[in-house]
Amino acid sequence: MEFALSHEQTLLGESVRSFLRDHCPIEAVRAQAATGTGCEEGLWRGLLDLGVQGLLVPERHGGTGLGLLEAAVVAQALGGAAAPVPFLCSVAMAPLALLRSGSAAQQDRWLPRIAGGEARIAMGFVGYVGGRGGAALSLDRDRLSGAAEAVLDAGAPTHFLVYLPDGRAAILGAGDAGVSVALRRTLDGTRPLAEVAFDGVEAEVLEAAADPRAAALQVLDAGRVVLAADTLGAAQAMLDRAVAWAKQRVQFGRVIGSFQGVKHMCADMATMLEPCHAFVWHAAYAQDTRSAEARLMACHAKAHLDEVGREVARMATEVHGGMGFTDLSGLHYWLKRIGFNRQVLGGPERCREEAAALQGWTA
Amino acid sequence: MDLNFSEKHRAFQAEVREFIRRHGPASPKTGGGRKRPDRKTLDWQRLLIEHGYAGRTIPREYGGYGAAPDVLEAAIIAEEFGRANVHPGIMNQGISMLVPTLLEVGTREQCERWVRPTIRGEIIWCQGYSEPEAGSDLASVRTRAVVEDGHFVVNGHKIWTSSAHYADMMFLLCRTEPDKPKHEGLSYLLLSMRTPGIEVRPLRTMTGRAEFNEVFFTDVRVPLDQIVMGRGHGWHVANITLKHERMGIGDAGKLTHRLQRLVELLRATKVDGVPLIAAAEFRSRLLRLQGEVLAWRAHNLRLLTDQARGEDPGLRRLIVKYGGTVLGHRLSALAVDALGAEGLTALSQGEDAQDDDAANWNNDYLYDIGLLIGGGTSNIQRNIIGERGLGLPREPRVPGTGGRGA
Repeated sequence: MEFALSHEQTLLGESVRSFLRDHCPIEAVRAQAATGTGCEEGLWRGLLDLGVQGLLVPERHGGTGLGLLEAAVVAQALGGAAAPVPFLCSVAMAPLALLRSGSAAQQDRWLPRIAGGEARIAMGFVGYVGGRGGAALSLDRDRLSGAAEAVLDAGAPTHFLVYLPDGRAAILGAGDAGVSVALRRTLDGTRPLAEVAFDGVEAEVLEAAADPRAAALQVLDAGRVVLAADTLGAAQAMLDRAVAWAKQRVQFGRVIGSFQGVKHMCADMATMLEPCHAFVWHAAYAQDTRSAEARLMACHAKAHLDEVGREVARMATEVHGGMGFTDLSGLHYWLKRIGFNRQVLGGPERCREEAAALQGWTA
Repeated sequence: MDLNFSEKHRAFQAEVREFIRRHGPASPKTGGGRKRPDRKTLDWQRLLIEHGYAGRTIPREYGGYGAAPDVLEAAIIAEEFGRANVHPGIMNQGISMLVPTLLEVGTREQCERWVRPTIRGEIIWCQGYSEPEAGSDLASVRTRAVVEDGHFVVNGHKIWTSSAHYADMMFLLCRTEPDKPKHEGLSYLLLSMRTPGIEVRPLRTMTGRAEFNEVFFTDVRVPLDQIVMGRGHGWHVANITLKHERMGIGDAGKLTHRLQRLVELLRATKVDGVPLIAAAEFRSRLLRLQGEVLAWRAHNLRLLTDQARGEDPGLRRLIVKYGGTVLGHRLSALAVDALGAEGLTALSQGEDAQDDDAANWNNDYLYDIGLLIGGGTSNIQRNIIGERGLGLPREPRVPGTGGRGA
C-alpha cells in the first residue's frame, strides 16, 4: 500500500504548473474573462504539447492511457491558475463517455481526434442533476430533438455530446443545421454556459454500454471528481496568496500575520483544505479502480470541496482586506471559479442527497 | 498510489484474524472509562505482547516484541481489532507518550528499568505538566526542583493531572535553572507517586467524574539519575512527548468508528415512526459530517505513508489534533441531538460502570470539550499551525516575560 502520488504523477503536475506559471498570468485570465469563450487558444495548444488532451485516451488511440488520478492532478494545476481551457468535458469526460458507451468503431473514430486536440466537445446532462424546467431531449432513431441546459465548455466547441435520461448519449457537430446555441456569460467570466436546442439533428448515438444509465453516471462522477480537484487547486492558490499577504502587509506597526485573528483564519483554512488533497486523490483512485465506494466518494468529494472551497475563498479574501475586494488583486477569479464549480454537475446538496440514496438513508 | 495490500501484508492480516478468532472470546470488554487495568486485562496485555499485537516495535531487550516498524501492520492490527470489537491492548499516557519519549531520548538504563513494566500495564504513569499559572503557556511552569545531598527536591503544584489518583509514577516538567531564560530552565524528571510529600486531590470535571487531579509537592526527593536528558533540556523532552500525544488525540480511525456508531444511532432512533436517518435536517447534518470524516480518513492514509517513508509530514501532522477534536465534538453533538430530551436522563453510572449507549454519548459529548482543551487548546494549535505549518510570524514578545504576549 502506498497512498501518495508517484514520481511520474508529481512530475506531471509540476510540468503543467510550470507551463501555466509562464503562460497563464492573471492578465491572461482577465483578458479571457472579457471575451468569455472559456478557451484560450494559446493555452490549449501549449497543453497539447504537454500531451494533456490525450491523458485518458488509450495508447492505441494516440493518447497516454492514464487514469482519473492523473486527470485530477492536472485539474488541480488548472484550478490553481484559474486557467480558461475546456478541460472538464473535452479532456476528462468525453473520452470516458466514449470508452464507457461507445462502440469500437466510435472509439476508433473519436478518441484520436480528442487526443489530438481537434475535437473539442462540449457536454450536457439531461435528467441527472435536477432539471429546472427547460431541458428535455428525445431521440428518434438518430435524430436528436429538444434542448439541454447548463451545457459546459460550450464557448468554442467543435461538437456537442449530450446525455439523455436513459443513459444514451448523442454526439453531433456544433455547426450542424438545426443546432442553435444560446451562449450565456456567467459570474465566472472565464467560463460560459450554454442552452442548446436541437431540431431533429442527425447525431451519432453512443449506446454500447450494457447498463447505459450506470455508464453515464460513471462519466458524471468522473466530472465531479475533476471539479473537486479544480476547486482544490483554486482554493490552495487563494490560501497561498493569503498567507503570503499576511507575511508582508504591515498594520499597527506589525506584520498582520502575527495577529492571532489573521493567523487563526489562515490556520483554519489550512486545517480544512489540507485533508482535501488526500480526499481528491482517494476519490479519483476509487474511480480508476472501480471501487465499490466510487460513487459515494465522488458525490462526497464534490460536495465537500464545494463547501471547503467556498469557506476558503471567503476567508482568503478577508485576509487581504480591501485589496481582496478589488479587481486589481485578481483574487475574485479564483473565488468565482470555485463558485462556478460548486453549481455545475450537481451542487453539494444534490450530491449529498445522492450519497444518502446510495446508502439507503431514505424513509 | 496503490491501496492494495502486498502479499506480505495480506498474510499478516490473515494472521491477525486467526489470532482474534482463537483468542477473541477471552478479550476483556472494551471501553468503560479510564481505570487501573484488572488482572484479566493484564493477562490479555501479556498475550498481545507475546504475539506482537502490543508493544510491537519495542525492542525485545526492553520487553517488547521487537518487530521492525511497519505502519501498515500497525494499521491492520488497529482495524481488525476494532472491527471485531476486541480489546486492542492497554492505552495510557505511559504507553503512548512516555515510552516513545524514553526510546527516543532516554538512557539505556532508563529504558531497561521502565519500558517493560509500563507496556505490560504494571506501572501506570501520569503527566505532570500543567500548573494553575502555566496552562497554554506551558514553558512558564513554576514547580521547582533544587539539588540537595544527591537528590532533586521538588516543591510546587500541578493541575489537570489525569490518572494521578491511581498512578505509580509521574513524568514531571519542572524548573531547575531559575536563572536561565524560560525555555532553557526546565528539566524532565521521573518520580514515584509513593514518594513522601506528594498529595493528590481529585478534581471533578463537568462529566461528573474525577478524570483529573491536583498534585501538590512538598520537599519531594527524586534521585538524580531520574532525569531524561540533562538539566535544562526539559522543554525539548516535553515537546517530544507532546508530539506523540497530539497525534493520538486527533486520530482519524476514531472518527470513522464514531461516525459508524452515529449512523447506527440515527438508523435505530425513530421519531413519530420515522428513523432520524431519513429526517431531512438530521440526515443533512450527518451527510456533511460524513464528507468531512471521509476527508480525514484519506488524510490519515497519507500520513501513514509519510510515516512509512520516514518523512516528517509537517503541516499535515500539525492540523490533526485541532481538526480531529473539533470534528469529533460535532459528531457527538449530533448524537446528543438525536437522543433529544430523553437523552438528558441518560446519566453515567460512575467511572467503573458499563454505561448504556446514550450515557456514553453524553459522556463523549462532554469529554470531547476537554479534548479541545487538553494537549494544547485549539487556539494554541492554531498558533502552531500558523507559525510552524504556514511560517507566519510569532506575536511580538512582551518584555520581561521571556515569551509571547498575552
